[in-house]
Amino acid sequence: MGLIKEIDYGTPIRVGGDVALTIDGQTVTVPAGTSVMAAAMRLGTQIPKLCATDSLEAFGACRLCLVEIEGRRGTPASCTTPAESGMVVRTQTPRLAELRKGVMELTISDHPLDCLTCAANGDCELQTQAGVVGLREVRYGFDGANHFADARDTSNPYFTYDPAKCIVCNRCARACEEVQGTFALTVTGRGFASRIAAGATDFLGSECVSCGACVQACPTATLIENSVIAQGQPEHATITTCAYCGVGCAFKVEMQGDRVVRMVPYKDGKANEGHSCVKGRFAWGYATHKDRITKPMIRDKITDPWREVSWQEAIDRAADGFKRIQTRYGRTAVGAVTSSRCTNEEVFVVQKLVRAAFGNNNVDTCARVCHSPTGYGLKTTLGTSAGTQDFKSVDKADVILLIGANPTDGHPVFASRLKKRLRQGARLIAIDPRRIDLVKSPHIRADYHLQLKPGTNVALINAFAHVIVTEGLIDRDYVRERCEAADFEAWAKFIAEPRNAPEAVEPFTGVPAADIRAAARLYAGAPNAAIYYGLGVTEHSQGSTMVMGMANLAMATGNIGRDGVGINPLRGQNNVQGSCDMGSFPHELSGYRHVSEDATRQAFEAMWGVPLDPEPGLRISNMLDEAVEGVFKGLYVQGEDIAQSDPNTQHVIAGLTAMECVVVQDLFLNETAKYAHVFLPGTSFLEKDGTFTNAERRISRVRQVMAPMAGKTEWQVTMELSAALGYPMTYRHESEIMDEIAHLTPGFAGVSYARLDELGSVQWPCNDAAPLGTPIMHVDRFVRGKGRFMITEYVPTEERTGPRFPLILTTGRILSQYNVGAQTRRTANVAWHDEDVLEIHPFDAENRGIRSGDLVSLSSRSGDISLRAEVSERMQPGVVYTTFHHAVTGANVITTDYSDWATSCPEYKVTAVEVRRTNSLSQWQEQDRASGVTQRRIAGQTPEAAE
Amino acid sequence: MTKEPEHASTVEIDADYKAKLAHMAGQIADFFKSYPEEQAVHSIADHINQFWSPRMRADFLAACRDGSIHPHPLAGKAIGQIRGGGRKDG
Repeated sequence: MGLIKEIDYGTPIRVGGDVALTIDGQTVTVPAGTSVMAAAMRLGTQIPKLCATDSLEAFGACRLCLVEIEGRRGTPASCTTPAESGMVVRTQTPRLAELRKGVMELTISDHPLDCLTCAANGDCELQTQAGVVGLREVRYGFDGANHFADARDTSNPYFTYDPAKCIVCNRCARACEEVQGTFALTVTGRGFASRIAAGATDFLGSECVSCGACVQACPTATLIENSVIAQGQPEHATITTCAYCGVGCAFKVEMQGDRVVRMVPYKDGKANEGHSCVKGRFAWGYATHKDRITKPMIRDKITDPWREVSWQEAIDRAADGFKRIQTRYGRTAVGAVTSSRCTNEEVFVVQKLVRAAFGNNNVDTCARVCHSPTGYGLKTTLGTSAGTQDFKSVDKADVILLIGANPTDGHPVFASRLKKRLRQGARLIAIDPRRIDLVKSPHIRADYHLQLKPGTNVALINAFAHVIVTEGLIDRDYVRERCEAADFEAWAKFIAEPRNAPEAVEPFTGVPAADIRAAARLYAGAPNAAIYYGLGVTEHSQGSTMVMGMANLAMATGNIGRDGVGINPLRGQNNVQGSCDMGSFPHELSGYRHVSEDATRQAFEAMWGVPLDPEPGLRISNMLDEAVEGVFKGLYVQGEDIAQSDPNTQHVIAGLTAMECVVVQDLFLNETAKYAHVFLPGTSFLEKDGTFTNAERRISRVRQVMAPMAGKTEWQVTMELSAALGYPMTYRHESEIMDEIAHLTPGFAGVSYARLDELGSVQWPCNDAAPLGTPIMHVDRFVRGKGRFMITEYVPTEERTGPRFPLILTTGRILSQYNVGAQTRRTANVAWHDEDVLEIHPFDAENRGIRSGDLVSLSSRSGDISLRAEVSERMQPGVVYTTFHHAVTGANVITTDYSDWATSCPEYKVTAVEVRRTNSLSQWQEQDRASGVTQRRIAGQTPEAAE
Repeated sequence: MTKEPEHASTVEIDADYKAKLAHMAGQIADFFKSYPEEQAVHSIADHINQFWSPRMRADFLAACRDGSIHPHPLAGKAIGQIRGGGRKDG
């Protein structure tokens, strides 16, 4: 096993008609528009280069890639010269060799010759090219003007900028523009004084988002990972999938032995095509953080210190606890929660344990609190619970309707692709209560920012549809051919009613009717209009209604079933799609088939050898409710931290505290573990094999690069627990779990580890009908047959503002942190965000005498917390915002029990609150800190050893 | 699989929980209220049958029958189509 080096064609490969040319006597055919450099690389001929790399457009700066072309004067740069039919090119002549040597000589004259002690030694394109051109001396010497003494910028925690080694090829600045789309880097000065700069400040203080594109593009050690500086060059690599957001980027894990040196985005990864963000690229240090718990632990009471025990003792304690509860309180008094951070295989095995060993359907997943309305809404209208497109589809979109999503923070790699399309001229309509970066950022400006009041999504989408129906913008042919006629007519009649008109909803949505009308016309009139959305859609009491409203809109305008259109949920966590696919909802088995379907259940029963319950089980919220009621007593939580992530923290804690056996399987002693009786150590994504399924239904391999720190992977532990409960499973490898998933799940029938290794990744459905997978769904017909329009009556949330709680709190996440922060808080990402803050509009701040940095009390009907304020015009008056990344903040102490009518997805996005200055933490925060110390004690260890 | 206990589901549910079930049913009814009544009533019952556990359904029906909750009128009309659970500890 060695390092993995993708081919670099030097410039992008185009798509177009073929042209044939001759290079060094060999004929090659390439798409029109392809450069001579890339055409040569097609033949395996590497023309020397420094400023060219195929993730960037040709620049023509270094003059190393000169070639001779018959019939043309001079020596054109091969990177900027398009290949043409009949062209005859020579890449190696004595004249070219002299020119290249001269170019390299000049470049090296201002470059330190410290190769042996340089961090890039062995991985330096300058070093390589000096060797390629045969440079043997630098006639100019090294005593002239140079940049050897330029100061290094070490402000960024993950990489260092050393200007002494910079050859000003511009690859970094171009990567920042073209790949990432942030425009943080520039070249200051002219001529010899030209230098790369992150604006007028250092890297950390600049607009740099630390995506790593510049580091990856740099051909020298000018921009290089600190881990490489510290550890040296890696010696082997493995392809795996990022464990952060739902984009599911492919990475090369570059290693020394079993130690990670760096994570480098994999160019052949179809979700990310060689790009990355600060989390996936750099924030992997949590995997070996000192807080990792690597020994199983048990305790009788949650106030007891944890006691480290053998795996067998911990498994037996958990199994005995669950069996005792079922004997005493009934079969359905226990359940489990799966995690979207875990692999498909791990999730599948947990839900199997619940259904086969517990004998009930009390299994739920954290998608309950994020995208469960997507599942319900898209299945009801279109027939399946998933987004319709691949990410690449956005390259063909003409109008993008972005609703309740903040991709630059939540899905940064997709955001870069989106921004690229916007810079090419696509139009953007952003619907968000908050002024997200995509509303206005370098070279990006939304045509419309409809800054609605939180909780009024459905009214707004209905108003969009009203304009489309009443102004004759329906795609009649599409609707007639593809959709249920009676449902369409009923919907059209409903939506045309005056109460759905933009003018009628303006007073309570806060969006000017004229803007709604103009935006709706823009969407309906586009050749290709695509909807992308996030949790600002789903986490409402009408989350499912809104999903159906968007599906109505897309069907009415014929925008489903081809490239460039569709309705696309941006999934929050790496495996939200997969955890849902795997049957971890209490009402359905894998592949979204209801437990009451006899044929489906019988297939599982035949394979599993046990009868299955045909009745739906409990959702997480129902489990907690019934725990408080005293009838639900035992919970197995894998990789999820419901005590921090779920709404109304006091209610969650009351439920957990009322249980007799809580088993937590995790990397860390998280908030939920404070209420647990058995702790089973988990594994990071680096320690196991498996698969994740991203937001575009893409199944990608997770590959083990180091041994499990606790000695066992989650699925092995789940099997042991199942065996102790009386239902043994016999998998020997993760691939056997996938084989069973494929056998039992029609959409996965063609999926196997061998197929994934062969294809790299595949989008489900993958079966006999689609052996290579399905990038775009509903192409000729909807999965359910005809598309179904649903009537989407706007029902205002019951959470209301008033004199006591006059503001609306909405919550979300930021770029550098990830969900409950268990991973990112244990990395240097805290350099960007070390506490949750409350964003508040200057008007509301002024009224309350609040300035940025003040400690403020945030209170709701559920509870109160204290955190620092940040006065921000991102907010609209009357709306405040915070994140939930830091457990000590307790943001979900504030949120309420209100939830989506169809799926019980919590209404995180609307909570009535008041804000006032304070000088102390809240009572809950004080108690939580005290209990955190008590309930995390490990016998024989100092408290500092735990989180 | 564990044997069914004889004494399951004997816990008295409290008023808050009953109110929550009524609220959940009311939300479902609010979505379907725009459909013709017969269709709405059927859809409400179908939704509850598909997504609520037998115990939740049984508790809801019992609370409706004993008058301790007063569900949304359409949810009330759906009661006859909601499966009764039929399991002590479902």
